[in-house]
Amino acid sequence: MSGAELTSRGWFGKVSAAVVLGFTLTIALTCTFAKIFSHGDSYFTAQGQMAMWLVSPIWCLILSFCFLFHSGARAWGWLALANVVAWAAYAATRILVS
Amino acid sequence: MRTDIVRTYKDIHSWVGIVAGLALFIAFYAGAITMFDGPLQRWASPPPELSAPPSLERTPELIEKVLAAHPEARKNYKVNLITGPEEPARVSWSTGTRRNPGTTYYASLATDGSLQVSARKPSEVATLVDVLHQQVGLPLPHAIAMPIMGIIALLYAVAIVSGVICLLPSLIKDLFALRFGKNLKRMWLDLHNVLGLFSLPFHLVMALTSVIFAFHDPIYAVQGAVQKAGTVKTVRAEEGHGLPNSGTVLPPAELVRRIQQQLPGFTLHSLSYETNPKEGPHGHIQGSDPRYGLRGPGYGIGEVNTVTGEIVEADYLPGKQDGWFATITSFFALHFGSFGGAPVRWAYFFLGLAGAFLFYSGNLLWIESRRRKERKAGAVEQTRATRILGALTVGVPLGCVAGISVTIAAAKWLPADLANAATWHSRIYYAVFVVAVGWALLRGAARSGSELAWTASLATALIPLASLVGGWNHGGSTLLVDAVAIVGAIAFAFMALATRRRAKAGPRDSIWSAQVVQPERLIS
Repeated sequence: MSGAELTSRGWFGKVSAAVVLGFTLTIALTCTFAKIFSHGDSYFTAQGQMAMWLVSPIWCLILSFCFLFHSGARAWGWLALANVVAWAAYAATRILVS
Repeated sequence: MRTDIVRTYKDIHSWVGIVAGLALFIAFYAGAITMFDGPLQRWASPPPELSAPPSLERTPELIEKVLAAHPEARKNYKVNLITGPEEPARVSWSTGTRRNPGTTYYASLATDGSLQVSARKPSEVATLVDVLHQQVGLPLPHAIAMPIMGIIALLYAVAIVSGVICLLPSLIKDLFALRFGKNLKRMWLDLHNVLGLFSLPFHLVMALTSVIFAFHDPIYAVQGAVQKAGTVKTVRAEEGHGLPNSGTVLPPAELVRRIQQQLPGFTLHSLSYETNPKEGPHGHIQGSDPRYGLRGPGYGIGEVNTVTGEIVEADYLPGKQDGWFATITSFFALHFGSFGGAPVRWAYFFLGLAGAFLFYSGNLLWIESRRRKERKAGAVEQTRATRILGALTVGVPLGCVAGISVTIAAAKWLPADLANAATWHSRIYYAVFVVAVGWALLRGAARSGSELAWTASLATALIPLASLVGGWNHGGSTLLVDAVAIVGAIAFAFMALATRRRAKAGPRDSIWSAQVVQPERLIS
């Protein structure tokens, strides 16, 4: 992180990144969880329900700490990168666990 | 910690707080009351017009007569093991479907053994309080109110994290300091911090579970779509059941005995006898066990074979769940306070009220610090925005308190046979609420503060008054409702006196001061 002081200005860019990309990131992570732990094709199993519940803490953490990014552009950039990694992990899990 | 981070999170904390605070006040105040919705519903329900419920041993006779006179009940009827004004009959059944429920009928046997049927519902005022809690007080259809509530819950989560970050640097210095001195703002801040920090686990639980309660359908839909994408559509084999169950169902007394053998320590509340061509006879049970958390606010559920009495589905039955399901249930139980029995209910009641106070004090702090900033910037008078927010900070909480109290009291004064009692309770609540908010905007925060606190006090005093005059009194745990209302009425009266004192003698430049002949009216 650069030396520039953090301010609450530019919150919209950061929050919008956390709402949109934070949500898709959360879905990638929780679906990976469900793929690994869930058995059977119904997503209403206990493991499927747990995957749904996990959305709340993960998304809330991203929303709470998105303000630590120095700008909205960086928030979008880093979260996009995290999305690519998480979705790749999900795709890999689907191939490995079948 | 870096000061710029703390400063950033201070800004965030005050803005998310001010956006969500008033809605959260309503959610917490109404939520605290739902901790006792059992006693409240009994308090508010008229004495049953049916004869006393027959014993469990005599219930087969009642069922036989019900099914002879109302064959449509055969599909699904309920046997209630715990009866009272709030659950007025041993046997009840509903028309309509689960999604689109019709009328519920209640049946009993008269002294001469003839069938009595009544469609008079127990009071629905407890349901209204619960809906206010779930929809943060918004009079909108559930489908619209839920996403709004979800956004409030997300803001609430951000408010919790940012609040903790603000407090961290001065935690040791501030934590055990309650400075009741000349500096009123300091006192409010100390109270806000100490309350917020010590109820932090409670608030984290509430924020995280509320996000799920608001958004679980869309989340399931998205996760389901992701998991399904790219897979070959499989024709799902007809699930489980195989051949429909058959045979003669057990009478209630024997079925209860067999269920209790399988579930020692479990208190059965009700069981249903259901049948359809696909599954044959089967049933559901509801009940509680204070040793375990419950999936619902008052009970867990299971499925039972009504022919053999065997429990066939126990994923949501307390004490019978595997680790995964017990974990999921714990999330619900932590939100509902449905574990540990009465002590936990009381703890949640006070934590809920403390939460409501936390949001109220947060709003006060916002207004006071804004006043300072404005004065530093050279403004002599309060800006319009600050005055409106001050008025809403008084009007919304006190309007909510008064509205809930009046509509609860009205349960004993509205005609017992009123067809749309739920609508009337809702109308009464919103009428009081809207008038209170309008009054606060019209009179300003300072003057309306004490006036509306008196209103809240009197409105709450109506609850025990309704028990004394005109209404009925069931005694027992319902006396608790009257007792809590009396304590509440006294507390609001003290608040009114304190507010009046502040308006008369407090700092003149505060929005709480009524001394100066300043333009108090907001709408002119």
